[in-house]
Amino acid sequence: MSEAMNSQAQSAEAESVIHPDLTLDDVAVQVDDLDLWYDTNQALKKVSLDIAEKKVTAFIGPSGCGKSTLLRCFNRLNDLIDICRVEGEIKLHGQNLLGPDVDVAELRRRVGMVFQKPNPFPKSIYENVAYGLRIQGMNKRRQLDETVEWALRGAALWDEVKDRLNDTAFGLSGGQQQRLVIARAIAVQPEVILLDEPCSALDPISTLKVEELINELKRDYTIIIVTHNMQQAARVSDYTAFMYLGELIEFGETDQVFTNPRMKRTEDYITGRYG
Amino acid sequence: MSNLNLGEHISQQFNEDLEEVRSKVLQMGGVVEEQLERAISALVNNDNDLARKVVKNDVRVNALEVAIDEECTRIVARRQPAASDLRLVMAVIKTITDLERIGDEVKRVAKMVHEELEGALSEEIRQELEHMGELVKRMLNDVLDAFARTDAKAAFEVAQFDKKIDVKYMVITRHLMTHMAQDPSQIPTILNVLWAARAMERMGDRCENIAEYVVYLVLGKDVRHVRPEDYEAELIDD
Repeated sequence: MSEAMNSQAQSAEAESVIHPDLTLDDVAVQVDDLDLWYDTNQALKKVSLDIAEKKVTAFIGPSGCGKSTLLRCFNRLNDLIDICRVEGEIKLHGQNLLGPDVDVAELRRRVGMVFQKPNPFPKSIYENVAYGLRIQGMNKRRQLDETVEWALRGAALWDEVKDRLNDTAFGLSGGQQQRLVIARAIAVQPEVILLDEPCSALDPISTLKVEELINELKRDYTIIIVTHNMQQAARVSDYTAFMYLGELIEFGETDQVFTNPRMKRTEDYITGRYG
Repeated sequence: MSNLNLGEHISQQFNEDLEEVRSKVLQMGGVVEEQLERAISALVNNDNDLARKVVKNDVRVNALEVAIDEECTRIVARRQPAASDLRLVMAVIKTITDLERIGDEVKRVAKMVHEELEGALSEEIRQELEHMGELVKRMLNDVLDAFARTDAKAAFEVAQFDKKIDVKYMVITRHLMTHMAQDPSQIPTILNVLWAARAMERMGDRCENIAEYVVYLVLGKDVRHVRPEDYEAELIDD
């Protein structure tokens, strides 16, 4: 009897666990043995996990655990950091995106990103969304108009801006700017959307609106969100990955991680027994 | 480990809130234990005064249920507890409901003492009831202990103990039925005794419920509709 209970209770000896009962119907992104160094400092250590297709996966963990670093690997934003070195594989729908012959610009279309601080271009609302489309070669006015409207509707922003599309994006509130940035990302029809603490700079109402939007977006896109707000991770995500000091400690369905985590470190973090 | 070994929260206030709730549950358990002890004594010794005290004192049990419920609601609103903290609050909310129901059954037993029991209790029945009362007292004490120590193993054992009370209840029922057949004029009185025994049997069921909540609290596993003899198999399957 006690052995059954020992195996049932939290794993004290295992270093990490991907929940054994976890089955992902479809996998959008596979991370295999990912290591990353900033110079000599290893920021990611043998990270392996699968990101489910058209679901929301949250990365949580204390500051410095590597969650944003991992996120930035998916669109190779870390390439912009000279001292950064990566080993391992990340496959996006079967294709290794870390390969040397990958078109990084095209990758960043397929894998869009939204940052903590809304960063609209210093352009009009319309042009913010149209910019990426023009770069792709779309130049017919009607097609641009339709796509811009479609993207703004998809970002739950159309009704608020349809009468002022030529106004500067900087005139929008923080929450609206963030939704504009999301519209910009979805306009070019990505496969994956990366969100790096997208609501940290927003007020509570805007936060809830963005969360509601995330819930709708996952119908069409695979979403990965980094958040230091655990309740947000619990509200918004289908799967949660807990990281600590560069390692993936636990990965499972969000409901399970937040009601009965397998690892003591996860338990400590999400119950606030860890800063 | 079948116990929960939890460190302290960074928020001292949160620590105190949870500790307050846990200790109130044990306090409520203590009051119910005391009520049960007195009710059995009143029943077995036909002590009307003691029985009246038990009936009157039930308000304390009810008041504690309400207070603890409010406390749990406050914790959920303020802290959005997760993992073991969440399971603790959920387990507490369910446990106090069962404790309050045990309190009601105890009060029912005490009320029956008033009603024509004098002379109706043969020595044999008296001893059977006393023994059954001891079993229930022990089960309640053990389950509260398991809760206090967050000990799933002990909780499992308590859940399986309910079988003994069920068996005892069947034995008493058979004896009482024999008495009813032998002396039909005593039927109304004997029925009261039967209902007292039934009340104790239900207390055992409530203790089994609380044991299941302790298992949920410690292991995160819902065993409410799993037979105690199937617990181990259920856990291994998982």
